[in-house]
Amino acid sequence: MKKIGGRLTLLLLVLLVSALSFLPSYQPLYQALPAWARAVLPNKGITLGLDLQGGIHLVMEVDEDRAVEIAVDRSVVSLQDLLVDKKIPVESVKRTAPTTITIQFQNAELKAQIQKLIDDFATFSENESAGSANTIVWELRDAESKRIKDSAINQALETIRNRIDQFGVAEPLVQRQGLKQIVVQLPGVKDPKRAKDLIKETALLEFKMLDEDNQMKMDFPARIPKDREADILKQAESKLPEGSQVLFERAVEKDTGREYRIPYLVKKRVMLTGDVLSDARVSIGQFNDPYVSITFDAKGGREFERITGDNVKKRMAIVLDNTIYSAPVIQERISGGRAQITGTFTTQEANDLAIVLRAGALPAPLKIIQDLTVGPSLGKDSIEKGIRSTLIAGAMVVIFMIVYYRLSGAVADFALVLNLICLMGALSALMATLTLPGIAGIVLTIGMGVDSNVLIFERIREELRGGKGVRLAVDGGYDKAFWTIVDSHVTTLITGVVLFLFGTGPIKGFAVTLCLGIAINLFTALVGTKVIFDIMNQRQKVEQLSI
Amino acid sequence: MLEILGKTNFDFMGKRRYAFMFSGIMVLLGVIGLIQVGRGAANLGIDFAGGTAVQLKFDLPIRIDEARKALESNGLGDAELQEFGLDNKLLIRVKTSTTIEEKVAEKVVAIFKKEFPGNTFVVESSTEIGPSIGKKLQGDALVAIIISFAGIILYIAARFELRFGVAAALATFHDVLAVLGAFYILDKEITLLVVTALLTLAGYSLTDTVVVFDRIRENLRLRRRENEELMINNAINQVLSRTIVTSLTVVLVLIPLTIAGGEVLHDFSLALLGGVIFGTYSSVFVASPLLLLWPASSGRLLKRS
Repeated sequence: MKKIGGRLTLLLLVLLVSALSFLPSYQPLYQALPAWARAVLPNKGITLGLDLQGGIHLVMEVDEDRAVEIAVDRSVVSLQDLLVDKKIPVESVKRTAPTTITIQFQNAELKAQIQKLIDDFATFSENESAGSANTIVWELRDAESKRIKDSAINQALETIRNRIDQFGVAEPLVQRQGLKQIVVQLPGVKDPKRAKDLIKETALLEFKMLDEDNQMKMDFPARIPKDREADILKQAESKLPEGSQVLFERAVEKDTGREYRIPYLVKKRVMLTGDVLSDARVSIGQFNDPYVSITFDAKGGREFERITGDNVKKRMAIVLDNTIYSAPVIQERISGGRAQITGTFTTQEANDLAIVLRAGALPAPLKIIQDLTVGPSLGKDSIEKGIRSTLIAGAMVVIFMIVYYRLSGAVADFALVLNLICLMGALSALMATLTLPGIAGIVLTIGMGVDSNVLIFERIREELRGGKGVRLAVDGGYDKAFWTIVDSHVTTLITGVVLFLFGTGPIKGFAVTLCLGIAINLFTALVGTKVIFDIMNQRQKVEQLSI
Repeated sequence: MLEILGKTNFDFMGKRRYAFMFSGIMVLLGVIGLIQVGRGAANLGIDFAGGTAVQLKFDLPIRIDEARKALESNGLGDAELQEFGLDNKLLIRVKTSTTIEEKVAEKVVAIFKKEFPGNTFVVESSTEIGPSIGKKLQGDALVAIIISFAGIILYIAARFELRFGVAAALATFHDVLAVLGAFYILDKEITLLVVTALLTLAGYSLTDTVVVFDRIRENLRLRRRENEELMINNAINQVLSRTIVTSLTVVLVLIPLTIAGGEVLHDFSLALLGGVIFGTYSSVFVASPLLLLWPASSGRLLKRS
């Protein structure tokens, strides 16, 4: 007689550990535990995948080339400022290619003077062969271009993380994938569109002066419908003064709620950007209209004071991502480092604006290349249907096994329950994410678990038919089925492992449950049920086996 | 003892000519399906082809032809519609090579809001996938298939003989192709989940084949002088009740999943169901006869025992 004690202890131990690991996955029970027990147990178990609880899965790519262009554009602006400060008259300073700045001037004698300015722009080098007597061409150094690209994704990651933290989502995932992709997972988000807008917004805040001298010449209509922006831009193209551009203010008609646009002529020169903000908060004005009050840091506050002081009675546009939020007239020099962004927005929009301003701007626009959004209702629907059909399936198998193999069938059913408990425990311990394909994987392992028992039972029946005694028949059945079960499980395991290594998302979830299930199956089929049979056969001389 | 089958003695190997003919046709269909998938001409899911899928749940029943008309008149004539009858659900797929920047999902929602003002709905899910992702997935799937096949052939060759490994792999390939062919003929959408199902059924079919091979191996060791065809026939008959009971239980599991598992699981379970049927068939009628085509080698198996 083989010893049973050791295997039985092992079996009970595995059961206990599985049950304990599973506890944190079922929160109502977990919360009811005494505090010391919760302190010992891990506090996280199985998480439901996005397909089960609803949420967003986004894969985004940072537009790196655009990040470089934006950086070069900034240099263009500061070069323009420098030229004004040094009173060097030039015709134009422009970005003429993604990494190229071209400076044009009439007086050829100025060339040497301008060439010297490159000392302040160490990230550029002069391309002398491309220049002429009246032009200078600067090229962004390759190393710098590479650095911008590298830092763009990290900066974007950081910014998105900040925004999501402030948006308030339970267990968000923000992760870099490969070289230039960012994966964002927001489970359980109720308002997917708002969340996506919040993530995608570049949120580049700029203060620019209106070009009031030339505004009249442009003959802009007072307001236009929101989809007519392109027409106005086309119209204005020919008479646009150098150094100015057309931007639109977004406004809403109070009584109808219809959106419209107000075109403005705005000087291209950026007076101040959102970099210098230290805080942004929502406040409510006297007419119950929300606005965002912003606080500058020390340097920004001084700058803002100087700019407002220089431009009293002029209009300044507050521009976010090339849309004007408001264009107030500067009444007086503003000191104290505070300002307000008013505009027509709801409290929620004001809230989101404050979030993106606090979190900072993205270095470049993001391109969404994959967007999976599951509404909470579908998630609920799926989980209900998934669980219900799994239960039906389980019940059918349980009944079938008892009808076909009677008491031995009940042993197999016990193995099945054991399987499920161990699998749930293992998934909890790994803090795995359960998805719909994952449930399918569980169902498949149930099928395989049953198959192992069928194999063993058929073997035992054969042995019995051959005239062996019960005990010998059981042992013989297990022995002969052993390698069959191992071989069949290992081949499936090979597929499972490959799926795990090469699969993404849903396939990976499937592979995890499949691989775990196979390993647990081997244990329950070869150790679990055998112990039960051995116990049954140990008591007295068994003459008959219910199989 | 309740038994579906008693001791049987069917001549499976004798029928191999018919089996090869039937399997040949299924494999041919599968190959055509595979080529069409490769060319992008099959009904590829947006997770492979790239595009947008939006699923809406309406309060009131919606007529699919009216929905199609509404989309057509708003410039989305190439959208594909699928309804889930009882729940007033509608799945709209747009597979053009549009980039996500065009916000097709938002456009679809706007169209239905405008054209069906009396019938409110919620967006149950929306999926937008750029074409580059689809390409990567296709590549990954191919690599996964090749590696798992190599792994399986190696394992079986080590545990059995090379011809067993190759026969098992071919039989498995046969099952995958047959189900793929069936999906192609039925014009079912090939999604990532369906591919998962194909790989799963490969696993299942292998298990099944290995069980039959295991018995053949055992018999080859015990009775080395018997005629091989007879021995294989005996082995299949010996494990036949197991084969049928197992397949039956798996079918029992899959039927509720197919019928009541919800739209997400439906095609997945359907593919698996097909896989179980073909997998069971192929272990008996494809994998085992293939062994006969390849004469026994120096008898590695015999030395082991």
